[in-house]
Amino acid sequence: MTGNGWLQIAIFCTAVLLITKPLGVYALRVYDGSMAWLRPVERIIYRASGVDAGDDQHWTDYAISRLIFSGATMLLTYAALRLQQALPFNPQGMPAVTGRQAFETAASFTTNTNWQSYSGETTMSYFSQMTQLTFHNFASAATGIALAMALIRGVVRRSAGRLGNFWVDLVRGTLYLLLPLSVMLALLVVQQGVIQNVSHYLAITTVEGARQVLAMGPVASQEAIKELGTNGGGFFNANSAHPFENPTPWTNLLEMVAIFAIPSALTYTYGRMARNQRHGWAIWSAMFILFLVGVTTVYRAESHGNPIHAARGVDVAASAANPGGNMEGKEVRFGIVNSALFATVTTATSCGAVNSMHDSFTPVGGMVPIINMQLGEVVFGGVGAGMYGMIVMIILTVFIAGLMVGRTPEYLGKKIQAREVQMAMLYVLVFAGEILVLSAIAAVTPAGLKGLNNAGPHGLSETLYAFTSTAANNGSAFAGLTGSTYFYNTLLGLNTLIGRFAMHVPMLALAGFLAEKKIAPESTGSFPVTSPLFVLLLISVILIVGALTFFPALSLGPIVEHFLMDAGRVF
Amino acid sequence: MRHTQLRPAIVLTLLLCVITGFIYPGVVTVLAQLFFRRQANGSLVSAAGHAVGSALIGQRFTRPGYFHSRPSAAGAGYDATLSGGTNLGPTSAKLADTLIAHAVDTVVKNDGAMKGKIPSDMVTSSGSGLDPDISPANARLQVARVARVRGMDSSAVRALVDRYTEGRQLGVLGDARVNVLRLNLALDSAPRATSTPVPR
Repeated sequence: MTGNGWLQIAIFCTAVLLITKPLGVYALRVYDGSMAWLRPVERIIYRASGVDAGDDQHWTDYAISRLIFSGATMLLTYAALRLQQALPFNPQGMPAVTGRQAFETAASFTTNTNWQSYSGETTMSYFSQMTQLTFHNFASAATGIALAMALIRGVVRRSAGRLGNFWVDLVRGTLYLLLPLSVMLALLVVQQGVIQNVSHYLAITTVEGARQVLAMGPVASQEAIKELGTNGGGFFNANSAHPFENPTPWTNLLEMVAIFAIPSALTYTYGRMARNQRHGWAIWSAMFILFLVGVTTVYRAESHGNPIHAARGVDVAASAANPGGNMEGKEVRFGIVNSALFATVTTATSCGAVNSMHDSFTPVGGMVPIINMQLGEVVFGGVGAGMYGMIVMIILTVFIAGLMVGRTPEYLGKKIQAREVQMAMLYVLVFAGEILVLSAIAAVTPAGLKGLNNAGPHGLSETLYAFTSTAANNGSAFAGLTGSTYFYNTLLGLNTLIGRFAMHVPMLALAGFLAEKKIAPESTGSFPVTSPLFVLLLISVILIVGALTFFPALSLGPIVEHFLMDAGRVF
Repeated sequence: MRHTQLRPAIVLTLLLCVITGFIYPGVVTVLAQLFFRRQANGSLVSAAGHAVGSALIGQRFTRPGYFHSRPSAAGAGYDATLSGGTNLGPTSAKLADTLIAHAVDTVVKNDGAMKGKIPSDMVTSSGSGLDPDISPANARLQVARVARVRGMDSSAVRALVDRYTEGRQLGVLGDARVNVLRLNLALDSAPRATSTPVPR
């Protein structure tokens, strides 16, 4: 760990803090409809699609709109991938994607997971990359934010029972928020060297006379929304480690800030909508504290390096000329600190882009990303998903606080009763259940074990990572796992769908139930949701719900591997 | 109410697909090609009039007269259509063995210049397998070999390494690094101490 490393972390944190308020205010205006410079375009879209923009939907209608839309987009992508060879923009003549892989990819991109069992540069045509994968990056991100807005409306509206209009939220989020930011970010990263073309792959003769084929493509446009929408699906197999996706430390900083931008801003938007800005900042603080603990842990572990490698002559001590630490799977231009920071940022949110290979991290360095995801990605979290996940955790927190003092729990003036807590618990249990049950199946079946790239406890970590990542709609991987098999394509594809839709329904129900309630004036008996005590309690609940659920599984994977590594054991 | 949901779902899927999947990448492509043509097409580097690679994509150097890139797991090494890392974990025996192999190889390649420990980037594979850079420590260890093979003064080679060492971007971001392709091209065009051709 170096002074410069901490400085780089501090620069990142400051940048995130600085954009939270302006972007939060902007998002507020987008979703309350006061942002109107594209109103003519909006009107044409609503007329063509038969949307009544004034229709305030009940939670059941909101949920149905949301599900039908995702169904339609998923079918479109499945069809487009299966027919890839017959579609345009395919200079490399990529064949049709196999059925199982097309299913998994369609499911994965629809759910904002962007888990990739394929290698982009050898599987996807430019047509598939642009019109399907880039499109899904927008659609799934806009859907995520729309759902967060629905839940927020449920919390802050008085006895309304209505959550807004899904179609309007979807269109506005795409047009006003995601598209302008993406165009800006795309041009910023092209300036640094991210490619953007539809050329044939380029064959060149290297200095030593060998042949090298450079993969090309419309990368920057996908790169921008990949980060802003916390999607994470790389254009190339190596994702943001690939120099054409992330060529310099400056693009790396831009990409990391872009990942945190909207999730962080939404805490401010929430504060404004709830007319309790200090509550918004209290939530931000809880997220930020958990993030700092995570990044410090990874940075420490990766700088410390691997004693097994040190014993074989690798210099793990950092100096001005030597990056030190554990450089396996990391790029020189990023070094240890930016790899550790990126890994924490991408798993705290539901992004899943990677600028270094998590599979080759030290056990503790690789465990933090797993824990980040297992906490439910509420540490800023996915666009929208982090906010609604966090509100579910807050409901549990005020419920537990209420039990401790023997009062009916209430949150922002609304009584939290059995129905709400049931929905919140269902949300938590679906998530834990799918990860643990499916990883267990993979750990004991031959088809599951065949996909492993590493033996010993690291093998278990690989499967645990895969099912955690897909359930949490993250999409990053311990990429050694061979996911391109019937077993993994099917199970992981289903897992992304369960992780998204089976959690959205209870979440929207919770929003609907809350929206029906009256708001009681705050009294001396109300639990204050702006104090440091609240922040502490919220963090504790997140850790207890997340960490304790998964502790047994983690102790058999990364934790035992950590001790074995220190003892010099290899597998 | 519910039967009316099908039309918006289908129409919006198609409309948003056109807006975000055609128009948006199209606009970005046009702007990128207008304003950042070199970068948008791969930041190609030319020598003697033809492209020899991309400044951003590493390539394999095996001859002793050149500085060598890091080990690569991309295909057979620096295959820019098969990016990726080894994905071997911290307790992988295979990775530990590979490190020993690389270390021995490195010591031999560098005329036994290696005393003490090896810079951490020198024997490990990058995440992309296409890392265009090596650390300054890594480059310095290769100076003696390159100078001897080329018949150059090692201080001249060392001076080139220093000139091609990029500091942190904007003074703080990232780590110091040396772009291998640019350094080697500079070597090729550097004046030589003797008139003997570079052994290749």
